[in-house]
Amino acid sequence: MSKVLSAQEAVAQIKDGMTVGIGGWGPRRKPMALVRELLRSDVKDLTIVAYGGADVGMLCAAGKVKKVVYAFVSLDFIPLEPYFRQARQNGDIETMEIDEGQMLLGLRAASWNVPFIPTAIGLGTDIVKVNPDLKVIDSPYDDKEWVAMPALKLDVSLIHVDRADERGVCQIKGPDHYMDDWFARAADNTVVSCDELVPTDTFHAEDEARYVFWERAQTQAVVHIPGGAHPSSCNPLYGFDVPHFKEYNASAKDGGFAAYFEKYIDGKTEEDYQAAVGGLEAIQKLPLPVY
Amino acid sequence: MSTAKEYTLAELMIVAGAEAYRDGGEVLATGIGLLPRLAASLAMKTFNQDMMMTDSEAYLLSDPNPVSGRSSHEGQAQETWMGFSRIFDNVWSGKRHAFVGPSQIDRYGQSNISALGGTYDKPKVQMLGARGFPGNSISHANSFFVPAHSKRVFVEDEVDVVCSIGYNPERLPKGYTMNDIDIRLVVTDLCVMDWKGPNNMLRLVSLHPGISVDQVLENTGFEVHVEGDIPTTPAPSEEQLEIIAQLDPQNWRSKQLKDNPPGDRS
Repeated sequence: MSKVLSAQEAVAQIKDGMTVGIGGWGPRRKPMALVRELLRSDVKDLTIVAYGGADVGMLCAAGKVKKVVYAFVSLDFIPLEPYFRQARQNGDIETMEIDEGQMLLGLRAASWNVPFIPTAIGLGTDIVKVNPDLKVIDSPYDDKEWVAMPALKLDVSLIHVDRADERGVCQIKGPDHYMDDWFARAADNTVVSCDELVPTDTFHAEDEARYVFWERAQTQAVVHIPGGAHPSSCNPLYGFDVPHFKEYNASAKDGGFAAYFEKYIDGKTEEDYQAAVGGLEAIQKLPLPVY
Repeated sequence: MSTAKEYTLAELMIVAGAEAYRDGGEVLATGIGLLPRLAASLAMKTFNQDMMMTDSEAYLLSDPNPVSGRSSHEGQAQETWMGFSRIFDNVWSGKRHAFVGPSQIDRYGQSNISALGGTYDKPKVQMLGARGFPGNSISHANSFFVPAHSKRVFVEDEVDVVCSIGYNPERLPKGYTMNDIDIRLVVTDLCVMDWKGPNNMLRLVSLHPGISVDQVLENTGFEVHVEGDIPTTPAPSEEQLEIIAQLDPQNWRSKQLKDNPPGDRS
Protein backbone atom coordinates (compact mmCIF):
# COMPACT_ATOMS: atom_id res chain seq x y z
CA MET A 1 0.00 0.00 0.00
CA SER A 2 1.50 3.30 -1.06
CA LYS A 3 0.74 6.32 1.13
CA VAL A 4 2.63 8.74 -1.07
CA LEU A 5 0.78 12.01 -1.71
CA SER A 6 1.73 15.44 -3.00
CA ALA A 7 1.96 18.21 -0.42
CA GLN A 8 -1.22 19.75 -1.83
CA GLU A 9 -3.14 16.46 -1.58
CA ALA A 10 -1.95 15.83 1.96
CA VAL A 11 -2.67 19.34 3.23
CA ALA A 12 -6.08 19.39 1.52
CA GLN A 13 -7.20 16.94 4.22
CA ILE A 14 -6.92 19.70 6.81
CA LYS A 15 -10.26 21.43 7.29
CA ASP A 16 -11.41 24.59 9.09
CA GLY A 17 -11.47 24.21 12.85
CA MET A 18 -9.27 21.12 13.03
CA THR A 19 -6.66 20.48 15.71
CA VAL A 20 -3.25 20.11 14.11
CA GLY A 21 -0.13 18.84 15.88
CA ILE A 22 3.24 19.86 14.48
CA GLY A 23 6.37 17.82 15.26
CA GLY A 24 9.93 19.08 15.78
CA TRP A 25 11.14 21.49 18.44
CA GLY A 26 11.64 25.26 18.07
CA PRO A 27 13.85 25.69 14.98
CA ARG A 28 14.57 21.95 14.67
CA ARG A 29 13.10 19.45 12.19
CA LYS A 30 9.85 21.27 11.55
CA PRO A 31 7.70 20.18 8.56
CA MET A 32 8.02 23.67 7.10
CA ALA A 33 7.20 22.78 3.48
CA LEU A 34 3.88 21.33 4.69
CA VAL A 35 3.34 24.45 6.80
CA ARG A 36 3.98 26.59 3.70
CA GLU A 37 1.38 24.54 1.85
CA LEU A 38 -1.04 25.17 4.70
CA LEU A 39 -0.25 28.90 4.52
CA ARG A 40 -1.23 28.88 0.81
CA SER A 41 -4.57 27.20 1.55
CA ASP A 42 -7.73 28.97 2.70
CA VAL A 43 -8.05 26.87 5.86
CA LYS A 44 -8.75 28.81 9.07
CA ASP A 45 -9.65 28.53 12.76
CA LEU A 46 -7.03 25.87 13.48
CA THR A 47 -5.95 24.78 16.93
CA ILE A 48 -2.19 24.20 16.81
CA VAL A 49 -0.37 21.94 19.29
CA ALA A 50 3.40 22.27 19.05
CA TYR A 51 6.80 22.74 20.63
CA GLY A 52 6.61 25.92 18.64
CA GLY A 53 8.95 27.77 16.36
CA ALA A 54 8.40 29.62 13.08
CA ASP A 55 5.67 27.08 12.22
CA VAL A 56 3.44 28.58 14.92
CA GLY A 57 4.56 32.15 14.22
CA MET A 58 3.81 31.94 10.50
CA LEU A 59 0.42 30.30 10.96
CA CYS A 60 -0.55 32.95 13.53
CA ALA A 61 0.67 35.76 11.26
CA ALA A 62 -1.33 34.37 8.33
CA GLY A 63 -4.54 34.32 10.35
CA LYS A 64 -4.90 30.54 10.27
CA VAL A 65 -5.01 30.07 14.02
CA LYS A 66 -7.82 30.21 16.54
CA LYS A 67 -5.91 28.70 19.45
CA VAL A 68 -2.37 27.63 20.27
CA VAL A 69 -1.57 24.89 22.79
CA TYR A 70 2.04 25.63 23.79
CA ALA A 71 4.73 25.61 26.45
CA PHE A 72 6.97 27.93 24.44
CA VAL A 73 7.29 29.39 20.98
CA SER A 74 10.93 30.16 20.23
CA LEU A 75 13.58 30.16 17.53
CA ASP A 76 16.23 29.23 20.15
CA PHE A 77 19.05 31.55 19.06
CA ILE A 78 16.36 34.21 18.61
CA PRO A 79 14.56 33.52 21.91
CA LEU A 80 11.23 35.17 21.12
CA GLU A 81 9.26 34.19 18.01
CA PRO A 82 8.33 37.55 16.45
CA TYR A 83 4.93 36.75 14.98
CA PHE A 84 3.69 34.62 17.87
CA ARG A 85 4.67 37.54 20.05
CA GLN A 86 2.61 39.94 17.92
CA ALA A 87 -0.39 37.62 17.92
CA ARG A 88 -0.32 37.36 21.72
CA GLN A 89 0.27 41.07 22.30
CA ASN A 90 -2.61 41.90 19.95
CA GLY A 91 -4.83 39.45 21.80
CA ASP A 92 -5.50 37.68 18.49
CA ILE A 93 -5.37 34.07 19.67
CA GLU A 94 -6.81 31.83 22.32
CA THR A 95 -4.26 29.90 24.32
CA MET A 96 -3.70 26.81 26.37
CA GLU A 97 -0.32 27.48 27.95
CA ILE A 98 1.07 24.40 29.66
CA ASP A 99 4.41 22.95 30.75
CA GLU A 100 6.47 21.26 28.02
CA GLY A 101 6.44 17.90 29.80
CA GLN A 102 2.72 18.28 30.42
CA MET A 103 2.20 18.53 26.66
CA LEU A 104 3.99 15.19 26.33
CA LEU A 105 1.53 13.72 28.85
CA GLY A 106 -1.41 15.09 26.86
CA LEU A 107 -0.07 13.51 23.67
CA ARG A 108 0.49 10.21 25.50
CA ALA A 109 -3.04 10.24 26.91
CA ALA A 110 -4.42 10.75 23.39
CA SER A 111 -2.15 8.00 22.06
CA TRP A 112 -3.21 5.55 24.76
CA ASN A 113 -6.92 6.35 24.52
CA VAL A 114 -7.21 7.46 28.13
CA PRO A 115 -9.00 10.74 29.00
CA PHE A 116 -6.19 12.15 31.14
CA ILE A 117 -2.93 11.43 32.91
CA PRO A 118 -2.50 12.59 36.52
CA THR A 119 0.48 14.81 37.21
CA ALA A 120 1.77 17.31 39.75
CA ILE A 121 2.77 19.65 36.92
CA GLY A 122 1.06 23.01 37.14
CA LEU A 123 0.11 22.83 40.82
CA GLY A 124 0.82 26.08 42.64
CA THR A 125 1.23 28.02 39.38
CA ASP A 126 -0.95 30.05 37.03
CA ILE A 127 -1.14 27.04 34.68
CA VAL A 128 -4.06 25.73 36.76
CA LYS A 129 -5.62 29.22 36.91
CA VAL A 130 -5.50 30.38 33.29
CA ASN A 131 -6.66 27.09 31.76
CA PRO A 132 -10.30 26.47 32.73
CA ASP A 133 -10.18 23.14 30.87
CA LEU A 134 -7.42 21.85 33.11
CA LYS A 135 -9.03 20.11 36.08
CA VAL A 136 -7.45 19.51 39.48
CA ILE A 137 -8.74 16.28 41.02
CA ASP A 138 -8.49 14.21 44.19
CA SER A 139 -6.64 10.93 44.07
CA PRO A 140 -8.25 7.61 44.97
CA TYR A 141 -4.88 6.51 46.38
CA ASP A 142 -3.47 9.43 48.40
CA ASP A 143 -4.46 12.70 50.07
CA LYS A 144 -2.90 15.01 47.53
CA GLU A 145 -4.55 16.83 44.66
CA TRP A 146 -3.39 16.20 41.10
CA VAL A 147 -3.69 17.91 37.73
CA ALA A 148 -5.67 15.76 35.29
CA MET A 149 -3.82 16.54 32.07
CA PRO A 150 -6.41 15.90 29.34
CA ALA A 151 -5.67 13.93 26.19
CA LEU A 152 -4.55 16.23 23.39
CA LYS A 153 -6.38 14.52 20.56
CA LEU A 154 -5.17 15.65 17.17
CA ASP A 155 -7.09 15.52 13.90
CA VAL A 156 -3.88 15.77 11.91
CA SER A 157 -0.17 15.73 12.73
CA LEU A 158 2.48 17.18 10.45
CA ILE A 159 5.99 15.74 10.91
CA HIS A 160 9.25 15.90 8.95
CA VAL A 161 11.67 12.97 8.95
CA ASP A 162 14.99 12.12 7.31
CA ARG A 163 13.65 9.26 5.22
CA ALA A 164 10.57 7.12 4.73
CA ASP A 165 9.32 4.37 2.47
CA GLU A 166 6.02 4.60 0.61
CA ARG A 167 4.26 2.55 3.28
CA GLY A 168 5.08 5.07 6.01
CA VAL A 169 8.10 3.54 7.72
CA CYS A 170 9.79 6.73 8.97
CA GLN A 171 13.40 7.09 10.06
CA ILE A 172 14.94 9.91 12.11
CA LYS A 173 18.73 9.71 12.42
CA GLY A 174 19.27 13.03 14.14
CA PRO A 175 20.29 12.92 17.81
CA ASP A 176 16.72 13.48 19.01
CA HIS A 177 13.35 12.51 17.56
CA TYR A 178 11.76 14.95 20.07
CA MET A 179 8.09 14.06 20.72
CA ASP A 180 7.37 13.13 17.11
CA ASP A 181 6.44 9.54 17.95
CA TRP A 182 3.73 10.87 20.27
CA PHE A 183 2.51 13.40 17.70
CA ALA A 184 2.20 10.50 15.24
CA ARG A 185 0.27 8.36 17.73
CA ALA A 186 -1.99 11.14 19.05
CA ALA A 187 -3.35 11.99 15.59
CA ASP A 188 -6.09 10.39 13.51
CA ASN A 189 -4.17 11.35 10.39
CA THR A 190 -0.39 11.71 10.43
CA VAL A 191 1.22 13.37 7.42
CA VAL A 192 4.96 12.91 7.17
CA SER A 193 7.25 14.78 4.82
CA CYS A 194 10.64 13.22 4.19
CA ASP A 195 13.97 14.35 2.80
CA GLU A 196 14.48 10.95 1.16
CA LEU A 197 11.89 8.47 -0.16
CA VAL A 198 13.62 5.07 0.03
CA PRO A 199 12.89 1.40 -0.70
CA THR A 200 11.65 -0.67 2.24
CA ASP A 201 14.79 -2.80 2.36
CA THR A 202 16.76 0.32 3.36
CA PHE A 203 15.61 -0.43 6.91
CA HIS A 204 16.63 -4.09 6.80
CA ALA A 205 20.35 -3.35 6.95
CA GLU A 206 22.28 -3.46 10.23
CA ASP A 207 20.64 -1.25 12.90
CA GLU A 208 18.74 1.07 10.53
CA ALA A 209 15.41 -0.05 12.05
CA ARG A 210 16.53 1.21 15.47
CA TYR A 211 16.02 4.76 14.15
CA VAL A 212 12.34 4.10 13.35
CA PHE A 213 10.34 5.35 16.35
CA TRP A 214 6.76 4.49 15.44
CA GLU A 215 5.21 1.71 13.41
CA ARG A 216 3.85 2.49 9.94
CA ALA A 217 0.19 2.09 10.99
CA GLN A 218 0.60 5.49 12.70
CA THR A 219 1.50 7.18 9.41
CA GLN A 220 -1.29 7.90 6.91
CA ALA A 221 0.51 9.98 4.26
CA VAL A 222 4.08 10.32 3.00
CA VAL A 223 5.20 13.39 1.07
CA HIS A 224 8.63 13.46 -0.54
CA ILE A 225 10.14 16.94 -0.09
CA PRO A 226 13.96 17.10 -0.03
CA GLY A 227 14.97 20.09 2.10
CA GLY A 228 11.40 20.22 3.42
CA ALA A 229 12.39 21.25 6.94
CA HIS A 230 14.05 24.49 5.78
CA PRO A 231 14.58 27.00 7.39
CA SER A 232 14.55 24.64 10.40
CA SER A 233 17.20 21.93 10.69
CA CYS A 234 17.10 18.26 9.79
CA ASN A 235 20.17 17.02 11.67
CA PRO A 236 22.30 15.23 10.43
CA LEU A 237 21.30 16.21 6.88
CA TYR A 238 21.41 20.00 7.36
CA GLY A 239 21.40 22.67 10.05
CA PHE A 240 18.99 25.54 10.47
CA ASP A 241 19.35 28.61 8.25
CA VAL A 242 20.52 31.36 10.62
CA PRO A 243 20.54 34.21 8.03
CA HIS A 244 17.06 33.22 6.84
CA PHE A 245 15.68 33.18 10.39
CA LYS A 246 17.27 36.59 10.99
CA GLU A 247 15.58 37.94 7.87
CA TYR A 248 12.28 36.38 8.96
CA ASN A 249 12.66 37.88 12.43
CA ALA A 250 13.49 41.31 10.99
CA SER A 251 10.49 41.12 8.65
CA ALA A 252 8.21 41.45 11.68
CA LYS A 253 9.52 45.01 12.05
CA ASP A 254 10.24 45.89 8.42
CA GLY A 255 7.32 44.90 6.22
CA GLY A 256 5.31 42.53 8.33
CA PHE A 257 4.44 38.96 7.44
CA ALA A 258 2.72 40.01 4.19
CA ALA A 259 6.07 41.01 2.71
CA TYR A 260 7.73 37.73 3.77
CA PHE A 261 4.73 35.74 2.52
CA GLU A 262 4.79 37.48 -0.85
CA LYS A 263 8.54 37.05 -1.28
CA TYR A 264 8.74 33.35 -0.39
CA ILE A 265 5.38 31.62 -0.29
CA ASP A 266 2.39 33.25 -2.00
CA GLY A 267 1.71 31.73 -5.41
CA LYS A 268 5.03 29.89 -5.36
CA THR A 269 5.90 26.21 -5.50
CA GLU A 270 8.35 24.58 -3.10
CA GLU A 271 10.87 24.61 -5.99
CA ASP A 272 10.37 28.39 -6.31
CA TYR A 273 10.85 28.71 -2.55
CA GLN A 274 14.06 26.70 -2.57
CA ALA A 275 15.41 28.71 -5.51
CA ALA A 276 14.65 31.93 -3.58
CA VAL A 277 16.62 30.72 -0.53
CA GLY A 278 19.67 29.64 -2.55
CA GLY A 279 18.67 26.20 -3.86
CA LEU A 280 18.45 22.69 -2.44
CA GLU A 281 22.21 22.17 -2.56
CA ALA A 282 22.73 25.26 -0.41
CA ILE A 283 20.11 23.99 2.08
CA GLN A 284 21.87 20.63 2.28
CA LYS A 285 25.16 22.40 3.07
CA LEU A 286 23.80 24.41 6.01
CA PRO A 287 26.11 23.70 8.95
CA LEU A 288 24.82 21.83 12.00
CA PRO A 289 24.53 23.91 15.18
CA VAL A 290 26.91 23.36 18.09
CA TYR A 291 25.38 23.86 21.53
CA MET B 1 44.18 26.81 46.74
CA SER B 2 45.40 30.33 46.18
CA THR B 3 42.83 33.10 45.95
CA ALA B 4 42.88 35.04 42.69
CA LYS B 5 43.73 38.73 42.90
CA GLU B 6 42.03 39.71 39.70
CA TYR B 7 38.80 38.24 38.47
CA THR B 8 35.64 39.44 36.80
CA LEU B 9 32.16 39.65 38.27
CA ALA B 10 31.07 36.98 35.79
CA GLU B 11 33.74 34.65 37.17
CA LEU B 12 32.74 35.44 40.76
CA MET B 13 29.11 34.60 39.91
CA ILE B 14 30.16 31.34 38.22
CA VAL B 15 32.10 30.30 41.33
CA ALA B 16 29.25 31.36 43.64
CA GLY B 17 26.78 29.50 41.44
CA ALA B 18 28.85 26.32 41.50
CA GLU B 19 28.23 26.21 45.26
CA ALA B 20 24.59 25.38 44.51
CA TYR B 21 25.82 21.93 43.50
CA ARG B 22 28.14 21.27 46.46
CA ASP B 23 26.81 18.22 48.33
CA GLY B 24 24.13 18.11 45.66
CA GLY B 25 24.61 14.43 44.91
CA GLU B 26 24.06 12.50 41.71
CA VAL B 27 21.66 14.84 39.93
CA LEU B 28 21.27 16.18 36.43
CA ALA B 29 22.49 19.78 36.49
CA THR B 30 20.89 22.00 33.89
CA GLY B 31 22.30 25.49 33.63
CA ILE B 32 20.17 27.62 31.34
CA GLY B 33 22.38 30.34 29.88
CA LEU B 34 26.14 30.57 29.63
CA LEU B 35 27.04 31.59 33.21
CA PRO B 36 24.75 29.06 34.96
CA ARG B 37 26.03 26.37 32.60
CA LEU B 38 29.62 27.31 33.49
CA ALA B 39 28.69 27.25 37.19
CA ALA B 40 27.36 23.71 36.92
CA SER B 41 30.30 22.64 34.76
CA LEU B 42 32.80 24.03 37.28
CA ALA B 43 31.08 22.12 40.11
CA MET B 44 31.20 18.90 38.09
CA LYS B 45 34.87 19.48 37.23
CA THR B 46 35.84 20.07 40.87
CA PHE B 47 33.89 19.15 43.99
CA ASN B 48 30.92 17.16 42.66
CA GLN B 49 32.03 14.66 40.07
CA ASP B 50 28.87 12.60 40.65
CA MET B 51 26.79 15.23 38.87
CA MET B 52 25.34 14.65 35.43
CA MET B 53 25.23 17.18 32.58
CA THR B 54 24.08 16.99 28.96
CA ASP B 55 25.51 18.31 25.71
CA SER B 56 22.46 20.63 25.64
CA GLU B 57 21.16 18.49 22.81
CA ALA B 58 20.64 14.75 23.25
CA TYR B 59 23.42 13.03 25.22
CA LEU B 60 24.40 12.77 28.86
CA LEU B 61 28.10 13.45 29.41
CA SER B 62 30.65 12.03 31.83
CA ASP B 63 32.62 15.27 31.51
CA PRO B 64 31.07 18.65 30.64
CA ASN B 65 31.65 20.11 27.18
CA PRO B 66 33.40 23.46 26.83
CA VAL B 67 30.83 26.20 26.19
CA SER B 68 32.88 27.89 23.46
CA GLY B 69 35.48 27.04 20.86
CA ARG B 70 34.00 23.73 19.67
CA SER B 71 33.12 22.86 16.10
CA SER B 72 31.16 19.65 16.61
CA HIS B 73 29.95 17.13 19.15
CA GLU B 74 32.56 14.59 18.09
CA GLY B 75 34.79 13.34 20.86
CA GLN B 76 32.46 14.42 23.66
CA ALA B 77 32.26 12.12 26.70
CA GLN B 78 28.72 10.84 26.12
CA GLU B 79 27.44 8.05 28.37
CA THR B 80 23.76 7.71 27.47
CA TRP B 81 21.11 9.09 25.14
CA MET B 82 19.17 11.90 26.77
CA GLY B 83 16.69 13.29 24.25
CA PHE B 84 14.02 15.72 25.36
CA SER B 85 11.40 13.06 26.13
CA ARG B 86 13.85 11.30 28.45
CA ILE B 87 14.74 14.59 30.13
CA PHE B 88 11.18 14.58 31.49
CA ASP B 89 11.62 11.08 32.88
CA ASN B 90 14.60 12.48 34.76
CA VAL B 91 12.72 15.66 35.81
CA TRP B 92 9.82 13.74 37.28
CA SER B 93 12.17 11.40 39.15
CA GLY B 94 13.40 14.45 41.06
CA LYS B 95 17.08 13.76 40.33
CA ARG B 96 17.73 17.15 38.79
CA HIS B 97 18.73 20.63 39.89
CA ALA B 98 18.13 23.38 37.34
CA PHE B 99 19.82 26.78 37.39
CA VAL B 100 17.53 29.20 35.61
CA GLY B 101 17.27 32.92 34.94
CA PRO B 102 13.68 34.11 35.39
CA SER B 103 12.55 37.56 34.23
CA GLN B 104 10.63 38.10 37.47
CA ILE B 105 10.93 36.63 40.99
CA ASP B 106 8.62 37.48 43.90
CA ARG B 107 8.76 37.24 47.71
CA TYR B 108 7.47 33.67 47.57
CA GLY B 109 10.17 32.53 45.16
CA GLN B 110 7.56 32.26 42.41
CA SER B 111 9.04 33.15 39.02
CA ASN B 112 7.97 34.21 35.53
CA ILE B 113 9.35 33.73 32.03
CA SER B 114 6.00 33.74 30.22
CA ALA B 115 4.68 37.27 29.73
CA LEU B 116 4.79 40.75 31.26
CA GLY B 117 2.13 43.39 31.88
CA GLY B 118 -1.26 43.88 30.27
CA THR B 119 -3.69 41.04 30.81
CA TYR B 120 -3.11 37.31 30.44
CA ASP B 121 -5.12 37.28 27.20
CA LYS B 122 -3.33 40.33 25.84
CA PRO B 123 0.04 40.75 27.55
CA LYS B 124 2.13 43.87 27.02
CA VAL B 125 5.20 41.73 26.36
CA GLN B 126 4.95 38.08 25.35
CA MET B 127 8.10 36.20 26.34
CA LEU B 128 8.91 32.49 26.04
CA GLY B 129 5.95 30.80 27.67
CA ALA B 130 6.10 28.79 30.89
CA ARG B 131 8.44 26.22 29.24
CA GLY B 132 9.39 23.58 31.83
CA PHE B 133 9.09 25.81 34.90
CA PRO B 134 5.83 24.35 36.29
CA GLY B 135 7.07 20.76 36.10
CA ASN B 136 10.61 21.56 37.20
CA SER B 137 9.53 23.52 40.26
CA ILE B 138 7.15 20.86 41.61
CA SER B 139 9.57 18.01 40.82
CA HIS B 140 13.12 18.98 41.75
CA ALA B 141 15.53 21.60 43.12
CA ASN B 142 15.92 24.92 41.36
CA SER B 143 18.32 27.85 41.76
CA PHE B 144 18.00 31.30 40.24
CA PHE B 145 20.56 33.36 38.36
CA VAL B 146 19.95 37.10 38.10
CA PRO B 147 22.50 39.05 36.02
CA ALA B 148 21.02 42.47 36.91
CA HIS B 149 19.63 42.66 40.45
CA SER B 150 16.77 45.18 40.37
CA LYS B 151 13.17 45.77 41.37
CA ARG B 152 12.20 44.88 37.81
CA VAL B 153 13.30 41.31 38.57
CA PHE B 154 12.57 41.14 42.30
CA VAL B 155 9.05 42.55 42.02
CA GLU B 156 6.94 44.06 44.80
CA ASP B 157 3.77 42.05 44.11
CA GLU B 158 3.33 38.57 42.72
CA VAL B 159 5.04 37.91 39.40
CA ASP B 160 2.80 38.65 36.39
CA VAL B 161 2.47 34.97 35.38
CA VAL B 162 3.33 32.40 38.06
CA CYS B 163 5.33 29.83 36.08
CA SER B 164 7.03 28.08 39.00
CA ILE B 165 5.64 27.14 42.39
CA GLY B 166 7.03 29.01 45.38
CA TYR B 167 6.52 29.30 49.12
CA ASN B 168 3.11 30.95 48.77
CA PRO B 169 0.63 29.65 51.37
CA GLU B 170 -2.32 30.75 49.23
CA ARG B 171 -1.24 28.61 46.32
CA LEU B 172 0.05 25.62 48.27
CA PRO B 173 -1.61 22.54 46.75
CA LYS B 174 -3.72 20.22 48.90
CA GLY B 175 -1.60 17.65 50.69
CA TYR B 176 1.63 19.65 50.29
CA THR B 177 3.83 21.36 52.85
CA MET B 178 6.42 24.06 52.27
CA ASN B 179 9.06 21.33 52.65
CA ASP B 180 7.90 19.87 49.34
CA ILE B 181 9.16 23.00 47.59
CA ASP B 182 12.90 23.18 47.00
CA ILE B 183 14.33 26.51 45.87
CA ARG B 184 18.02 26.73 46.61
CA LEU B 185 20.38 29.61 45.81
CA VAL B 186 19.82 32.97 44.19
CA VAL B 187 23.02 34.34 42.65
CA THR B 188 22.85 37.94 41.43
CA ASP B 189 25.39 40.55 40.35
CA LEU B 190 25.20 41.99 43.89
CA CYS B 191 24.99 39.03 46.24
CA VAL B 192 24.10 35.44 47.05
CA MET B 193 20.78 34.69 48.73
CA ASP B 194 18.68 31.68 49.70
CA TRP B 195 15.12 31.07 50.94
CA LYS B 196 16.03 30.09 54.51
CA GLY B 197 14.76 33.23 56.25
CA PRO B 198 11.76 33.01 58.63
CA ASN B 199 8.80 31.43 56.79
CA ASN B 200 10.96 30.83 53.73
CA MET B 201 11.78 34.51 53.31
CA LEU B 202 14.55 35.41 50.93
CA ARG B 203 17.71 35.66 53.03
CA LEU B 204 20.99 37.44 52.31
CA VAL B 205 23.85 34.92 52.42
CA SER B 206 26.86 36.89 51.16
CA LEU B 207 27.68 40.22 49.51
CA HIS B 208 29.95 40.45 46.51
CA PRO B 209 33.13 42.48 47.23
CA GLY B 210 32.35 46.20 47.36
CA ILE B 211 28.57 45.79 47.62
CA SER B 212 26.58 46.99 50.66
CA VAL B 213 23.48 45.58 52.33
CA ASP B 214 21.65 48.78 51.40
CA GLN B 215 22.39 48.28 47.71
CA VAL B 216 20.73 44.87 47.89
CA LEU B 217 17.71 46.16 49.82
CA GLU B 218 17.25 49.18 47.56
CA ASN B 219 17.18 46.99 44.47
CA THR B 220 14.79 44.36 45.81
CA GLY B 221 11.03 45.00 45.65
CA PHE B 222 10.28 43.11 48.85
CA GLU B 223 11.77 42.47 52.27
CA VAL B 224 15.00 40.51 52.46
CA HIS B 225 16.01 38.82 55.71
CA VAL B 226 19.37 40.17 56.90
CA GLU B 227 20.82 38.67 60.06
CA GLY B 228 24.12 39.61 61.70
CA ASP B 229 27.30 40.40 59.79
CA ILE B 230 27.02 39.34 56.20
CA PRO B 231 30.15 37.67 54.85
CA THR B 232 31.78 38.53 51.53
CA THR B 233 31.25 36.12 48.65
CA PRO B 234 34.49 34.12 48.41
CA ALA B 235 36.75 35.12 45.52
CA PRO B 236 37.59 32.46 42.93
CA SER B 237 40.79 30.50 43.41
CA GLU B 238 43.46 30.54 40.69
CA GLU B 239 42.63 26.87 40.07
CA GLN B 240 38.95 27.67 39.56
CA LEU B 241 39.78 30.46 37.11
CA GLU B 242 41.99 28.06 35.18
CA ILE B 243 39.19 25.49 34.89
CA ILE B 244 36.70 28.18 33.87
CA ALA B 245 39.11 29.31 31.14
CA GLN B 246 39.38 25.72 29.89
CA LEU B 247 35.58 25.43 29.81
CA ASP B 248 35.24 28.78 28.00
CA PRO B 249 38.43 29.23 25.93
CA GLN B 250 36.91 32.01 23.84
CA ASN B 251 35.93 34.00 26.93
CA TRP B 252 32.25 34.25 26.05
CA ARG B 253 31.70 34.85 29.77
CA SER B 254 33.16 38.33 29.33
CA LYS B 255 30.18 39.28 27.14
CA GLN B 256 27.44 38.14 29.52
CA LEU B 257 27.32 41.12 31.90
CA LYS B 258 27.12 44.75 30.79
CA ASP B 259 30.66 46.23 30.58
CA ASN B 260 32.14 43.02 32.08
CA PRO B 261 32.74 44.54 35.56
CA PRO B 262 35.56 43.44 37.87
CA GLY B 263 34.66 41.04 40.68
CA ASP B 264 35.79 43.43 43.40
CA ARG B 265 33.94 46.75 43.16
CA SER B 266 35.23 48.32 46.39
